Amino acid sequence: MGLRGLFASWKSVAAALAALVALGPAQAQREGGAHIAIACGALGIELELCRDAAQEWAAQTGNTVEIVNTPNSSSDRFQLYVQLLSSQSADIDVLQIDVVWAGMLQSHLADLEEPLGDRVDAMFPALGANNRVNGKLVAVPWYIDAGVLYYRKDLLDKYGYAPPKTWDDLTRIATAIQKAERAEGNGRLWGYVFQAKAYEGLTCNALEWVASHGGGSFLGLDRAFTADNPQARTALNRAAGWIGTIAPRGVLNYDEEASRGVFQTGNAVFMRNWPYAWALAQGAESPVRGKVGVVALPKGPDGKSAAALGGWHLAVSRYSRHREEAIDLVRYLTRAEEQKRRAIVGAYNPTLTALYDDREVIAANPFFATLYPAFENAVARPARPAGARYNQVSDAIWRASYDVLQGDSKAGPALTRLEDEIARIAYRARWSEQAE
Amino acid sequence: MSRRSAIDAARARSAWLFVTPMLVVLAVVAAWPLARTIWFSMTNATLVDLTTYDFIWFDNFVVHAEGRWYGIFTDPQWLRALWNTLVFAAVSVSLELVLGVIVALIVNASLPGRGLMRAAMLVPWAIPTVVSAKIWQWMLNDQFGVVNAMLEGAGFTDGPIAWLGGSSLAMVSIIMVDVWKTTPFVALLVLAALQTLPKEIYEAAKVDGIHPVKVFFKVTLPLIKPALVVAVIFRLLDAMRMFDLVYVMTGSSEETMTLSVFARQALVSFQDVGYGSAASTGLFLIIAMITVIYIMTLKPLGQEKAA
Repeated sequence: MGLRGLFASWKSVAAALAALVALGPAQAQREGGAHIAIACGALGIELELCRDAAQEWAAQTGNTVEIVNTPNSSSDRFQLYVQLLSSQSADIDVLQIDVVWAGMLQSHLADLEEPLGDRVDAMFPALGANNRVNGKLVAVPWYIDAGVLYYRKDLLDKYGYAPPKTWDDLTRIATAIQKAERAEGNGRLWGYVFQAKAYEGLTCNALEWVASHGGGSFLGLDRAFTADNPQARTALNRAAGWIGTIAPRGVLNYDEEASRGVFQTGNAVFMRNWPYAWALAQGAESPVRGKVGVVALPKGPDGKSAAALGGWHLAVSRYSRHREEAIDLVRYLTRAEEQKRRAIVGAYNPTLTALYDDREVIAANPFFATLYPAFENAVARPARPAGARYNQVSDAIWRASYDVLQGDSKAGPALTRLEDEIARIAYRARWSEQAE
Repeated sequence: MSRRSAIDAARARSAWLFVTPMLVVLAVVAAWPLARTIWFSMTNATLVDLTTYDFIWFDNFVVHAEGRWYGIFTDPQWLRALWNTLVFAAVSVSLELVLGVIVALIVNASLPGRGLMRAAMLVPWAIPTVVSAKIWQWMLNDQFGVVNAMLEGAGFTDGPIAWLGGSSLAMVSIIMVDVWKTTPFVALLVLAALQTLPKEIYEAAKVDGIHPVKVFFKVTLPLIKPALVVAVIFRLLDAMRMFDLVYVMTGSSEETMTLSVFARQALVSFQDVGYGSAASTGLFLIIAMITVIYIMTLKPLGQEKAA
């Protein structure tokens, strides 16, 4: 290909690009109303629920709405958002964001305090606390998640135990049942499975252990370095003691699905997981169907239960050209009627506390009532104080926890190192020079 | 005279004409990104907002503040990555060199089916690294991997080995895969050198009745040294910036994290453009240093030969 040929092909590429770019606005100006693009999750029934509701809103208000496809992997989705938002793109008006992104994306999101602050006040308190960053409300919680304890009702009944209230109870019951069942020839049975792979899920588990022992959440809301304290050491050392005794060594490579696999095939007495596992454990094909119970996670020595807060929220881009309409869509999607529909059709846990008294919601999902205390006791991961550095802080937390669980290090030195790492992150982020 | 210089000038002009496109391309794809990375390594830029950042000189590299040391040169994770990279480079390049020479000697011998063997030898090298990394990752899996199944079947082990699990085995596995993959490259270079060797020397050695091992160390090795030098520098530079194999097989795990994986993590996962650029620049400096030392130590050898 000569120089001319090269230019010709350049031209065709440029033309194709121009055509692509022209598509956007052409679509937007189809009708009189505003055109709102919403990026919502696409896992399972999620996309359908989102599309139906958004189109309902569009039909009622005379606007148009477009569902933007986003990657399923949460870290890929985060990267896409960052790319779009840091180039101040107006391509997406409404974004579905993870609970821990509030701090990382806050500079790009519109303040929703004035239009929707009241509604957030009617939700679980941990949610509002998580989403009010730098004096503005960055997102409206859409559905909530929190760590819960699953247990085998049949096994606990068989040996005459009540569901554990404290971590000591859990360790004791798990050890006893595991020993008794193994003696009866059930050699594959383990006492407790959870998420100990080196990833975000371990940060959630470690936070639950430490917070329930009164050891804080690794980084204070005022950005104080609180990782290394006696309670946190006790909590992590206790968890390390489970590995190889009541939990298989393989738990060091378990994420949510791997631990659900062990529990659902009937090979574990207890499991820590998110509420989604309930519907699957009680599904038609599940070997443990009808034998499963859910309670709030055990309490620490000072009598507090802590569940890592999860869930997804709706935010409005600061660069949206139709902010009013976008906010209205968020208002529509997060209202009680819509959350109720999502709870009944898709078993998404509502963020509005009042819906847990709703008879239809409870009738469709009886276990929601048992989840309520877990949501009320939810602790946020240190996303708000860590802000844009949350990924880094979380990475440091799960690496330190993993070292302890694996037996490479005792909790003391690991937590000292963790605090040192957080100090490094803080220095790079210049936290000391800026108020939160 | 003037006619001559006119021709010279014309020649110089056309030389520049031919060289300029290459220089422009180099400036765009090499010099500019490098300069930009070095510039960013002295800022605190993040991906969250790339337009506003402060120039902080060498704070990303090393700085003492608030009673602690900061910067990549004092970051335990970076130092760990540096150690991993050096271990990986030293061990894998040494193994590849020894095995490469052996393989080259074998396929250089006139055996039946030599052409087929030479082609087969190149297969590992021809597979894209990401693909072979993924294949090996599955073969080494502790639950369903074929390597464990074979070892157990043959009675060498009685339980599955977590090859890529968090232990020193992960680094061993990665070195093993890299050796499997790049030995053919070394063998190819050595083979090319072996084919240029004059046959008369070997005939003379044979006539004198010298032991083949002695022939190899006294004749062959000195003669293929230039090829080995090239092979080592290629492999060393490659190994120092090792990324794909490690990233695919063990992700960002600390046990196997190399300097490139560290840089990627800082730049992409943590969006810390300044720190990640500093890590990249650090790697660039280390590679440059190794290259310079290597060339300096080898120079006397070349001169000796010329003299």
